[in-house]
Formats: sequence, C-alpha cells, structure tokens
Amino acid sequence: MLETTWFVLWGVLWAVYFMLDGFDLGLGILKPFLARNEEEHRIVMNTMGPFWDGNEVWLLTAGGATFAAFPGTYAVMFSALYTPLMLLLFALILRGISYEFREKEDVGWWRKTWDTSHFVGSLLPALLLGVAFANIFAGIPIDREGIFHGNLLTLLNPYGLAGGVFFVLLFSVHGALWLANKAEGALRERAQHTIRVLWIALTIVAVAFLAFTWFATSLWQNLLARPFLLLLPAVAVAGLLGTRLFVARRELWKAWFASCATIVGSTLFGVAGLYPALLPSSLDPSYSRTAFNTQSSPLTLSIMLGVALVMVPVVIAYQSWVYYRFKDPVTVKSLALEDLY
Amino acid sequence: MDVVSLSRLQFAVATYFHFLFVPLTLGLSILVAIMETIYVRNGDEDYKRAAKFWGKLFVINFAIGIVTGITLEFQFGTNWSRYSAFVGDVFGSLLAIEATVAFFLESTFIAVWVFGWKKLSPKAHVSCIWLVALASNMSAFWILTANAWMQHPVGYTIRNGRAELTDFMAVVTQKFAILEFIHTIGGAYILAGFFVVGISAWHLLRKNEVQLFQKSFRVALAFALVFSIFEILQGHMNAEILGTTQPAKLAAMESHWETGRGVALNLIQWPDAANERNSIQAMPIPRLLSLLGFYDPNAEIRGLREFPPDERPPVLPSFLSFRAMVGLGFFFVAVTAWAWFRRERIMNSPVLLKILVWSIPLPYIACQLGWTLAEVGRQPWIVYGVMKTTDAVSPIAATQVGLSLIAFILVYGLLGAADFYLLFKYARKGPVPILAPAAAGREVIHA
Repeated sequence: MLETTWFVLWGVLWAVYFMLDGFDLGLGILKPFLARNEEEHRIVMNTMGPFWDGNEVWLLTAGGATFAAFPGTYAVMFSALYTPLMLLLFALILRGISYEFREKEDVGWWRKTWDTSHFVGSLLPALLLGVAFANIFAGIPIDREGIFHGNLLTLLNPYGLAGGVFFVLLFSVHGALWLANKAEGALRERAQHTIRVLWIALTIVAVAFLAFTWFATSLWQNLLARPFLLLLPAVAVAGLLGTRLFVARRELWKAWFASCATIVGSTLFGVAGLYPALLPSSLDPSYSRTAFNTQSSPLTLSIMLGVALVMVPVVIAYQSWVYYRFKDPVTVKSLALEDLY
Repeated sequence: MDVVSLSRLQFAVATYFHFLFVPLTLGLSILVAIMETIYVRNGDEDYKRAAKFWGKLFVINFAIGIVTGITLEFQFGTNWSRYSAFVGDVFGSLLAIEATVAFFLESTFIAVWVFGWKKLSPKAHVSCIWLVALASNMSAFWILTANAWMQHPVGYTIRNGRAELTDFMAVVTQKFAILEFIHTIGGAYILAGFFVVGISAWHLLRKNEVQLFQKSFRVALAFALVFSIFEILQGHMNAEILGTTQPAKLAAMESHWETGRGVALNLIQWPDAANERNSIQAMPIPRLLSLLGFYDPNAEIRGLREFPPDERPPVLPSFLSFRAMVGLGFFFVAVTAWAWFRRERIMNSPVLLKILVWSIPLPYIACQLGWTLAEVGRQPWIVYGVMKTTDAVSPIAATQVGLSLIAFILVYGLLGAADFYLLFKYARKGPVPILAPAAAGREVIHA
C-alpha cells in the first residue's frame, strides 16, 4: 500500500512539474520567434520571472522523491541515462543563469548570448524529458545488475524521438497560452496566432504518439486491465479539445487550464500504464525496476509520506498565493516600475 | 584515469564550485534582511537603498548557487549509483525533505522579493527576504545532516544488503550533524560579513556614499566579529568530536603517527607520509593535543600507524587544510576586533580599510579548506567505516565521465567568470543614485 501510494505521488510530482515548468520551457522555446524587440524580450522574460525558479523545484522534488522512495530505481535510472541527464543538467543551468544575467549588461552580444542559452536551455529539457519518458514507457536495455546496454543513440529511437517532439509541442502551446494571458497588444495577438498553428501540429503528433504507444509499449494493455484508468487519457484528450475551443472563444485562462489538463492527463496516463514498474527493462521484464523491488523501507516511506502530506499542500498554498499576487499582465509600464527600485 | 578517479574529480569540481556561492547566500540573506528590517522599522532610506544594493549582489550570487546545486543531486545517481542504492533509504530522504521544506520556500520567495518591491507592503516584502534567509539556512541543515551521516552514520542497520533507517531522530539530532551545521553556517556568516565589510571599505576609501556604506559596514562588522569569535570557540568542538568518531581523520589532520598518551602539539611540523613520520617537527607544546582532544592532558590519541595504510586519509592535504583554516580563523578574529575598536574612526584608517578589502577572498578560502578536510579526511570511506568510495561508483564508462568532466570545467569556468565579473561590476557601481522626481519621470519613459 505504501509502495503504491508513493508510486502515485511520484507520478503526481512529475505531472505537476510538467504542468508548471512546461509553460516556462515552452515560452523559452518560442521567445526567439515571438519577441521582436528588446522590450518584448523583457516582457516575455518577466512573465516567467516570478515563477520559473519555484516551478523548477518540482523537478528536484520529483528527483528527490525517486531517490528517497525508490533508491534502487533512482540509482539505475540516473546512471543508465547518464548522458541525457548531463545534457539536461547543463541545459537547466544555462536557462537558470540566463534569467538572471541577461539584464545585467546592456551590450548586444551579452544579451544575445543569454538569449541563445535561454532558448537552448528551454528546448533541450523539453526534448530530453520527452525522449527519456518515451523510452521509460517502452523500456530500456538494463540487465539484472542495472547496467545499461546501449548509448545515447539507443534512446534516440523513433518512439523516443516522437515523445520528444510531443513534449516540445505540448510545452510550446502551453507557453504560448501563458504569454497570451500575461502580455498585451501585438505580443498577445502573436501568441494567439501561434497557438492556433501549433495546436494543429500538436494534435497530429499527439494522436500519432498515442497510436505509436499501442505498438511500442504496453501502457494501453495495462490501462485496459483497470478500465477506470482510461479516464486519464480521456482527460488529456478533453483538455486538448478544450484548449482550442476556449482559444476560439477568447477565454484564454480557461484555455491555459485546459492545456494543464492535457499535460497532467498525458503524464498520469503514462505513469499509470507503467505501474508497478518505474523503469522497465526491455531485455527481460524480471530486470525491471518497480515499486516493489526498489522501494525504501516501510519506516522511510512512512516518514516521507508524512512530510509530503504536510508540506506539499503548504507549498501549493504559497505558490498559489504567488501566482495570484503576480496575476496581472506584464506591460511596458510595469517593466519601467520594476526597474526603478 | 578510471571511473572512480574521474567521478571523484568531477564531484570535487562540482562541490567546490557550488560552495563558492552557497556561503554568501546563507549569510548575505540575513544581512539584507536585517538592513531592510531597519528601514521598515525606522524609515531610514539609506537602509532601503543598502538592502537593494546588497540584494542585487545577493541575487547575482544566488542564481549560480541554485543551478549548481542541481548538479549535486543528479550526481549521486549518475556517478555514485551503488552508493545511492546502498544508502538511499537514509540519505535520499534527507535530500527529499530538503527540497520539500526548504528549497521550495527559498526559490519561491526570492522571486517574490525581487519582483515585489512595488507589489507588496513593506512588511510583507521584508518577510519575503526573511523567509529566504530562513529557508536557505534550513536547506543547509538538511544537506549537512546528510553529509554528517556519511561522516558518522547512526540510526541505521544493514538489512537487505543496504543501510536501512531505524531511527530518524538519531540521524537528525546527532551531535556530529548539529556541530557540522553550526560550524558551516558560522563560516558562511563570516564570509558574508567580510564581503559586506570589504566592499563597504572599498567605497569608504573612495568617499563614495559614505553614510550608506558606514551603516552597512557597522551591521556587517558586528556580524563578522561575533561569528569569527564564535567559530574559533565552536570549531574546537568539531575537532574534538573526531577523537571518538573519526580517529583516522584526527590523526591525519594533526599528522600524528604514533599512538600515545599525553601527546604534544607541534606548532611547526611537516608530514612525510611515505616514511610514516614527520620530516620537520618543532616547537612542541607538551600534552596540548591530548588536552584539546579529550580535556585530559594524559589522554590517549591514536596515531596513523595504527590504521592499515589503505584506511588512512591522504595526510598532507588533511594536515594543510586544517592548519590553514585554523590560521585564517584566528586572523578573522584579529582583523574584525581591530576594526571594531577603530569603528568610530574608520574613515581615518585607510590601511585597515585596505586590509579589509583584500580580506574578502580569505573566508572563501577558509570554507573550501574546511570542506577539503571534511571530505578528503574521510577517505577512503564514502560512508565512514561502512562503505568505501571505490565501491560506490556507477557501472558506467570512463569516457562518459571524462566528457562530462570536461564540460563541467568549461561551463563552470565560463559561468564563474561571468558571475564574478558581474559581482565586481555591481559592487563597484554602488547603489542606484537617488533620483530627483523629474529625473525619475524621464527614467520611466526611457526604461
């Protein structure tokens, strides 16, 4: 029971991370195309400014929870995926620094450097996380000892790449929706136009990815064994349709929340389909790392559950407060006020 | 090089680099919070501008501290997977708790503080920086508790081929953890104090914003003085506890070879590890080592020869880092005490001000030395007495680690250079000048 609870929590942490940092990553990918001048660059950056750091901590918490609750999985997952995780790490480092450094020097090449590293630092995590999760859904070649028999190219298989493209598009739409809500004027119009175009691409890729998933993984089969879980892909699909519907009706916050539903639904669909595995082996199912062969002791799981049940709601409460306090659109005028301090 | 050496080197690079930025975060958050609190309570605009000025430096420093912290969490899994699988039950939970109770708070409220000057009431705004200070120091507590467990494992049993938690409270309340935490944050406060004192001194030498920098100087000097004295008295306890918890580290840092009673402390000595002796040994103070270690002039201190050669830490780095750290510790007391007695006449003490400017890097060095002693002195163990470092490494290819190590050196080198460049630039620039209302209006239009 404890193991299953932690498995669910593990999935929820990832889902929340993708939902929150998803818009930062997506907007980072789109910024070079949406922002046409210095002012717009700064507006786009500042729509994420008060949030991105807190959002990224959900990733660290998901990683930390893997370490604490399923150390056997954490050890194998992180060492098997060494190269992609190092790339993810460097990308996140560059992204984080770009937010802080970009404005600190008023020289063209300096800003371009940080704009580029912000773009790479946003695109690469979206892509890598998609590739990594698709590979996890399909299983990776790990043996009994947890040794990985492959390299980076093993992970860049068609299904893995499809997962990467899916994440990039999913986050891009999510980010464009955020901007459409948080900016005004031309920037908002451009964001809405981008959403309408990208939504078509996203829908095609999403359908293809879901179909591909039928052949490349056993997620659907696992889900069909517990039909109530089909609610999860249903939420994802409803979210995707809802996004477009609300955009057409110019109800942009509702569209953003619908996009949240797509992300959470997709993530939980994948995670539920994995159960009880956290990292399936493609060599032999008995080598898979699961919630029942890599978990921590009942004592540790109980203590951590106590901490999570108290602290996660507290975190959600104060982060919601921050989102509420900074809900107003970022404009040229508000930028000037911020700088005056 | 093999995977173990490369992974150790990579961990050393990542940790040293990370800890160039962490101590300033721990200490400067408190100093900024104090300055902003003074402003909120008595309305002195100097303190508001000071809080903004130091806050800007804080944020530049904070950014790198945060992102390089991610590296450490990743590395336990990527490079030390056998360690992670073996200790995750105890160690992993401490890291996860750190993220949930501290890191979220820190990362969320620093942004609110930066973006909230106009959006929040002064009281709510100053609360944010206090939350950041609280959270970063809580974060240090959990991380150091995890490290203390590697230094002195307690509250666990070996079951199912791994270390399993049996007593959580024993892990988080053990004396070793408390001492390590206090000593580390003490060092961080000294560093932050010297940072603010030193930069203030630089501006005072140039008669720039004298009023504001005298106020900053006062606050930070008191802070640095108190914690310099505290660190010397308290640091003794960290050495003393090694007598019972890590005798090999104690012997290595004192370069003490032969087990004996009533051991002297040599003021001058130089270890010769190959021949298991000291090549230079002079000015002994009789029985002092026994007295310091066990409060008994006749106490027995175990020498390095008692440990098999493959269970001794590298002697020279342990010895040198310890001596240099302690030497710096005494220097910090001396220079802050001197400055305290001259505080009313500080503008007439250019030599002292110059010394204070040049002292800024010294606490940085002391902090790095402290970690060198803690980590090198623990070798060959990753968990003292339980797991050797060589048994902890991931089953991965050396080329992978070699490439990532090169990438770390390049990326960290560039980021470090950019960060210190910005710190210097904004430190020299000084606080934003007070604008006349008309000028302020123009600024809005041109921003």
